[in-house]
Amino acid sequence: MTDLLDLLRSPWPWWVGGPLIGLTVPLLLWIGNKGFGISANLRHACAVLLPDAAKPSFFRYNWRAERWNLTFAAGLILGGTLAGLIFANPEPTRLSPAGAASVNALGVQVRPGLVPAELTDLSNPGVWLLLGVSGLLVGFGTRYGGGCTSGHAITGLSTLQAPSLIATASFFAGGILSANLLLPAFMAVVR
Amino acid sequence: MSAGTRIPGVTDAPATRAAGGLLVYLLMGVYFGVVLIKSEAASWYRIQEMFRFEAFHMYGLIGSAVLTGMLTTWLLRRSGARSLDGQTITVTPKERSWARYVLGGATFGIGWGLAGVCPGPIFTLLGAGVWPMAVVLAFALLGTWLYGALRKHLPH
Repeated sequence: MTDLLDLLRSPWPWWVGGPLIGLTVPLLLWIGNKGFGISANLRHACAVLLPDAAKPSFFRYNWRAERWNLTFAAGLILGGTLAGLIFANPEPTRLSPAGAASVNALGVQVRPGLVPAELTDLSNPGVWLLLGVSGLLVGFGTRYGGGCTSGHAITGLSTLQAPSLIATASFFAGGILSANLLLPAFMAVVR
Repeated sequence: MSAGTRIPGVTDAPATRAAGGLLVYLLMGVYFGVVLIKSEAASWYRIQEMFRFEAFHMYGLIGSAVLTGMLTTWLLRRSGARSLDGQTITVTPKERSWARYVLGGATFGIGWGLAGVCPGPIFTLLGAGVWPMAVVLAFALLGTWLYGALRKHLPH
């Protein structure tokens, strides 16, 4: 019994998780001819929430046809509760020695949980700045670039689309820049 | 089939069908959310390690996801199968361009590197009880609205 619980709580190696992520693309096509892409839900949520008077034309479309995707996003929340709360891994993320050293150098301790306590302490105004700027760029950038990791890196590359290769290379370039240069600067404020 | 055709024994129940149809997507979301957590793609630590090239984990994860997706999607389309609701399976081609993918992609990447979350993990981490992700979500909605308001002035 404890063995089973340990198994349910433990994280998976990349060669288990990767293929299961990839299978989402044909599964959604097979179920209902749907293109997999999570960030589109941010647009749908704006289309649902914005009052008509303050609605740019970008958000005027039949979002009801996209209810399947909003439902998928609701499922993501439930999946997070199941795997990240009920069967949460009691151990910290098993980083490489180099990864752990870099994280420590940012002033972050490696503890159990998926997001460090240093970045979720909302009593610290620096944390609001970090989370707010990050969210703003993710929302703006995914719509400008027409997709996120799921729509471009997973779906787009799986279906051999050149624009998705350009987008994926660009978000990796942006991420490398921000993790190595911008984040250390932000962390100096957060600490 | 023309509208109004009746097949014996088959009754039209669009409302039930719609709800039943949505349940499948809820389950697919649960499936994907569990995978995001268990594969640690939703771990801030793993994203930092990836963007510093300090471990193979995320590269193996994304690489094997793309290879699996490529192979299985190719097989599905080659089989000529229709979707469960009877549609011909189609992949909408992405519009050809450079500017929007380079500029939009890099903007998203910069945000991703900071809080370590792309859109999927924002939702799954909220479900896992990481409430401050609500701040990221609120600002992501603001960013999406900002794009919608400014898009006519941006190079695409």
